[in-house]
Amino acid sequence: MAGWTQHRGQALVLAIDNIDTDQLIPARFMSVPRSQGYGRYLLHDMRRDESEKLTADFPLNRHEGVSILITGQNFGSGSSREAAVYALVDAGFRAVIAPSFGDIFANNAINNGLLPAQINESMISQMKEVLKGVSGELSIDLTRNQLKLGDITTTFELDKGWRVKLINGWDDIDLTQQHKRTIGAHRNLRNQSTPWAWPTGPD
Amino acid sequence: MSPPRTMLDKLWASHEVLTREDGVSLLWVDRHLVHEGSHHAFAKLSERDLPVAEPGLTFAVVDHYAPTRNRSRIADPNIAGMIETLRGNAARHNLRIFDLDDPAQGIVHVIGPELGLTLPGLLITCGDSHTSTHGAFGALAFGIGATEVAHVLATQTIWQRKPKSMRINIDGSLGAGVTAKDIALNWIARLGTGGAQGHAVEYAGQAVRDLTMEGRMTLCNLSIEGGARFGMVAPDEVTFAYLNGREYAPMGQDNDTAQKTWRGLATDQGAVFDREVTFIAADIAPTVTWGTSPEQALPVTAKIPVPDQADPAKKHSTREALDYMGLRPGRPLAGIPVDQVFIGSCTNGRIEDLREAALVLSGRRACVPGLISPGSARVKAQAEAEGLDRIFKDAGLEWAASGCSMCVGMNGDVVGEGKRCASSTNRNFRGRQGRGARTHLMSPAMVAAAAVTGAITDVRSLLKGRAA
Ligand code: SF4
Repeated sequence: MAGWTQHRGQALVLAIDNIDTDQLIPARFMSVPRSQGYGRYLLHDMRRDESEKLTADFPLNRHEGVSILITGQNFGSGSSREAAVYALVDAGFRAVIAPSFGDIFANNAINNGLLPAQINESMISQMKEVLKGVSGELSIDLTRNQLKLGDITTTFELDKGWRVKLINGWDDIDLTQQHKRTIGAHRNLRNQSTPWAWPTGPD
Repeated sequence: MSPPRTMLDKLWASHEVLTREDGVSLLWVDRHLVHEGSHHAFAKLSERDLPVAEPGLTFAVVDHYAPTRNRSRIADPNIAGMIETLRGNAARHNLRIFDLDDPAQGIVHVIGPELGLTLPGLLITCGDSHTSTHGAFGALAFGIGATEVAHVLATQTIWQRKPKSMRINIDGSLGAGVTAKDIALNWIARLGTGGAQGHAVEYAGQAVRDLTMEGRMTLCNLSIEGGARFGMVAPDEVTFAYLNGREYAPMGQDNDTAQKTWRGLATDQGAVFDREVTFIAADIAPTVTWGTSPEQALPVTAKIPVPDQADPAKKHSTREALDYMGLRPGRPLAGIPVDQVFIGSCTNGRIEDLREAALVLSGRRACVPGLISPGSARVKAQAEAEGLDRIFKDAGLEWAASGCSMCVGMNGDVVGEGKRCASSTNRNFRGRQGRGARTHLMSPAMVAAAAVTGAITDVRSLLKGRAA
């Protein structure tokens, strides 16, 4: 995964609270291998009618090339399905800006280079006013935790560990493998002091 | 003397391998549970040509896509493919798999405890948000995404920032016909779906101590619907009795040593939580969701909210939810006709849940169709040994094999468009049980009551004269 520090892209408001992972990608699409791309399943049942046609009045269907989503509270609540993040990333999204996020979703987002930027609700309303129902250019600076949209400049909240990870595009497995010996020592100690923590089991 | 610690502090400390400069900890994982949905993670592993670090601590189960009927011939190639992929990965990495025909197969969060794989003091991860269920034993258990699943597979560790601590006390005793499900829906309704975000919840108080392990699991299971990744209950005699003799649990001398450690896990007197809330058990009624978020729940005796009278911040979402649910504002919850019922899932698919439903259904007929999918093959066998299956079948309900089934609809068990389902599951999200499906969450006993009357009904009226 490549790291990034700055992004400038088209932002769009989707003023809905509690967009959960089942809405981000309905369960029936999750048996598809990632290589086929998940973008077309993003918010599938909100965006498409029964005959799979995109509904004309849905904001996301009226704008092309949007890479930043500004949305309501508790975005990504629900299941741990990382496919919800894949759907966003594969549809070209770099950042989601919301007052709050589901914890597992935010974790998954970071692991896929997608920024979950937290700002308060009044700031979301201000952005909504600036954009007036269409998309507009927004720039993100990860080094300063800063968002710029028209005359608005604001900082967002992000766990500092997550910020470093996004910027460096770190892969946790590589990082962790540097600690192999410490992990091995912990394992051995645990194995000796709490042998019951290993399954006895028939096999 | 060291300062008093919470159970979270103790569990965290015993799993912490190291702490990074930014305060994030690397934690040792004692049990890692995988299912068909873990295919993305296995793909990441093979991209890097990595082995599973601890196959002996990793267990695989077929549940999310498990057919509940005609298991021997799976018609849908996508579903068959998902199960085949898990089999392939388990074989390649030498993992114990609980496959469709295994007598111990079932939903991952049902079989872990059932087999004694889940123990107090352990750290348990799984690529499923309801992993918090296992916290009922006094374990640190949480759901993770696919990248993290790959990480655990490769290293048997996980990076986590320690959550804040929260204690939810339920004081006093629950009334008749009121269950763990009602405790959970009640606190989520009061605190909201983000109410426990960023916190690990410890449940305490008399009503929690009085719960069986099944009830505690239901309670911890639903923590995620209130925003918490972790839910837990301190282990006690109820816990030890449940674990006694389970095949993967420690035996003899080991069990004695283990119990000594387990007794020390409880939060110390005087330990301070970042947040603490208390509810009175006697105030909790059988609870039902009316909307599309678990926080949109009310006592069954209440009326559907009127959007214009709702908190201004909730006006819009209330209106939208009622639109989707096809419900008239202001009408009583009781009496809303349902089209079908479902009992099952890792929330309420255990033996005790089936007993509670059977108590209501015994000698009665359901007037709507319904599906009952036990949480595991063992729960199924136990229910059949007790004759519960007869009660369900005599009532006209379908008795099927175990799996996630209509909780998530991945195996093809779905609620039809616009249909209303009384369900013992955990999510009433739009489309969760199928496109356009309208879900009302409630306890299994309440689902049984809805089956009997064909409408949302206060189960207490149907329990009169029946021994609990
Ligand atoms: S029953 Fe539902 S919530 Fe539980 S593991 Fe299966 S899909 Fe997840």
